[in-house]
Amino acid sequence: MTGAQALIKSLEMEEVEVIFGLPGGAILPVYDPIIDSPIRHILVRHEQGAGHMAEGYADVTGRPGVAMVTSGPGATNIVTPLADAAMDSVPIVVITGQVATRSIGTDAFQECPITGVTMDITKHNWLITDASDIPRVIAEAFEVATTGRPGPVLVDLPKDVSNAQMDWYWPSSAADLDLPGYHPAVEGDPHAVREAAELIRAAKKPVIYAGGGILKAHAAEELLELAELTGIPVVTTLMARGAFPDSHPLALGMPGMHGNYTAVTAMQRADLLLALGARFDDRVTGKIATFAPEAKVVHVDVDPAEVGKVRLVEVQIIGDARAVIRQLLHELGPGAREGSQRSDRPDLAPWMAQIRAWQEEFPLSYHQEEGGTLKPQYVVETLRDMTPDDTIVVAGVGQHQMWASQYWRFDYPYTWVNSGGAGTMGFAVPAAIGAKVGRPGKMVWAIDGDGCFQMTAQELVTASAEHIPVKVAILNNAYLGMVRQWQELFYEERYSEVYLSPDLPDYVKWAEAMGAVGMRVETPEEVAPAIEKANGVDDRPVVIDFRTDAFEKVYPMVPAGASNDDIIVGPEEGEGGR
Amino acid sequence: MRAPVRHHIVSVLVENKAGVLARVSALFSRRGFNIYSLAVAPTDERFSRITIVVDVESAPLEQVMRQLDKLVNVVEIVELAPEEAIERELLLATVQAAPADRGQIIQLVGVFEGTIEDVGPDSMTVLLAGSPSKIDDFETLIRPFGITELQRTGRVALPKLTHRAARLKAVSGKD
Repeated sequence: MTGAQALIKSLEMEEVEVIFGLPGGAILPVYDPIIDSPIRHILVRHEQGAGHMAEGYADVTGRPGVAMVTSGPGATNIVTPLADAAMDSVPIVVITGQVATRSIGTDAFQECPITGVTMDITKHNWLITDASDIPRVIAEAFEVATTGRPGPVLVDLPKDVSNAQMDWYWPSSAADLDLPGYHPAVEGDPHAVREAAELIRAAKKPVIYAGGGILKAHAAEELLELAELTGIPVVTTLMARGAFPDSHPLALGMPGMHGNYTAVTAMQRADLLLALGARFDDRVTGKIATFAPEAKVVHVDVDPAEVGKVRLVEVQIIGDARAVIRQLLHELGPGAREGSQRSDRPDLAPWMAQIRAWQEEFPLSYHQEEGGTLKPQYVVETLRDMTPDDTIVVAGVGQHQMWASQYWRFDYPYTWVNSGGAGTMGFAVPAAIGAKVGRPGKMVWAIDGDGCFQMTAQELVTASAEHIPVKVAILNNAYLGMVRQWQELFYEERYSEVYLSPDLPDYVKWAEAMGAVGMRVETPEEVAPAIEKANGVDDRPVVIDFRTDAFEKVYPMVPAGASNDDIIVGPEEGEGGR
Repeated sequence: MRAPVRHHIVSVLVENKAGVLARVSALFSRRGFNIYSLAVAPTDERFSRITIVVDVESAPLEQVMRQLDKLVNVVEIVELAPEEAIERELLLATVQAAPADRGQIIQLVGVFEGTIEDVGPDSMTVLLAGSPSKIDDFETLIRPFGITELQRTGRVALPKLTHRAARLKAVSGKD
């Protein structure tokens, strides 16, 4: 068979059910056998869309997303999703066409050295030069993308290699893969686990700092068990929303730059931080020198390079979050060694009382006046209350993303999809499409900003053509709102290049032109009826243009570079509020 | 020319595949760390050993080493403390050697146990292998005669047999 046929067959062997892609010259041979394959292909309108769709699919299913594009600009257009997936540890497999091997390095038409370009933003990449390597490399690519700390991989396939003949085989076991230097950690060092358990037993003011690694490791159940066994409250980072139910009494919500006061302050005052699959991102820690000054740190991560990178730790445990939490449960649970029972531990009641007091004194807040300007938070809350509890929410990047994370109530894992580390504007629409493809039975709402929406809205054409009924709530404040917020607070209200206009484009007409239902909402009273109507549409995408208050800002806020102790709770504390 | 006093020697066993050296060196250049010297050659059909000498503080180096270890093509990393390693380097130099100077040069080469590899009418090419400090000393002494071309290989190193190499703690995840 040809290399192209071998590639598609390899994807079938990996149980790929969908490819997001767009063909072109160098990848042409591979597009022919797709016609005869059971794998669904979704034709995107821009390659960036294919990459984000693959991410959205991976985020909600836990299975690798697959995207396929041609060489040159096709490949460079998917660089942003690769960088995004690398930052957020999303397992995606990107296949790029490449010019024929004899033309590589000659500046041939649509040539780009994409393995070099993406070397630092993929977990690994491969340039295949021999068709007989295709099945092995594809198997390696899926192995690397999905194990250890997941991440994006790229396989570059020259046109002559996909046209060449090869003898089919399939690597039947890990031993058939050529990965002598790849050994992801699983179990944690038992000695370190015991040390961690001792710190947990001794802590008076502990906090579990749950990161996206909980979701990657499928450890949400174990996390719940650990929290309930130990009584330790849990913060869930932006990447971990849904990893611990927001309705649980031990849930503190999101920490960080726009985290709630209690989550931020509990970490600041903690005497023990149990970091599980979290990486001490600058958006979480604020000024690192003053972050959680009294806390001892137990850092559990599958990636050794994350441990000790930002914060020195008392105990490091390199391992898969689920495996390590199970080890901790074993150490701390009823079956554990004598002297390790919970009754020996300090009473956490004073700590929890302090936390309850903070929660009472500093809740998230906004004020929606009846008949007044529509508040974005009100839209998020109404949407939350009018949709099923397991609705998948997908956000772009900016103010709307923070409001979505703050005001949604995430009670189930894999119901929150967003671009955390990279902060990729335009992520929401394509990622929502990928999520809906992966979970067709669930309602999928993108909560997007007007700036973000304009970056990738064309993928709604894909959604209409492919009958993928995603719903998009645009919180249209006519500004690049987060940048506007920073200019208001830190640049003396000198607004530079942030105004977008509420009417240009006309989002309703645009939605309709793309085959979607378009609606406009301008007052609080119109919000619920519009959402109700949108929820009833199941044969095409829906876009609602919510005209929201341009002056609303995201609070609380820890200014960039400031200490988390200097959290600004609301506009009355901010400089130059309106 | 002398290596920085607090230099680190990192010995990296990698798969012998296209592009691996670029992946390894990129992790240093990304952080603005200058590689002082680098030597690479196959150890067998499958693997190559890269010996990198770099002058950075220990803490950022450990972070780079942890990241290096994440590279799929990297099989093993060892940091060799200079006092626990055998370090060797090879120098080839073409030296101006007027007939009057030849005797002195030949004598120097003899003292350092080097060899004369090529002789021309007014110059000669000499070879010296040895510890980096010995190579440094030799280079200093022949420089006044006039060096027209010089090539040093960069260090290669292996742990001394009396010391077990301190493998990165993080690599095994254990102390």
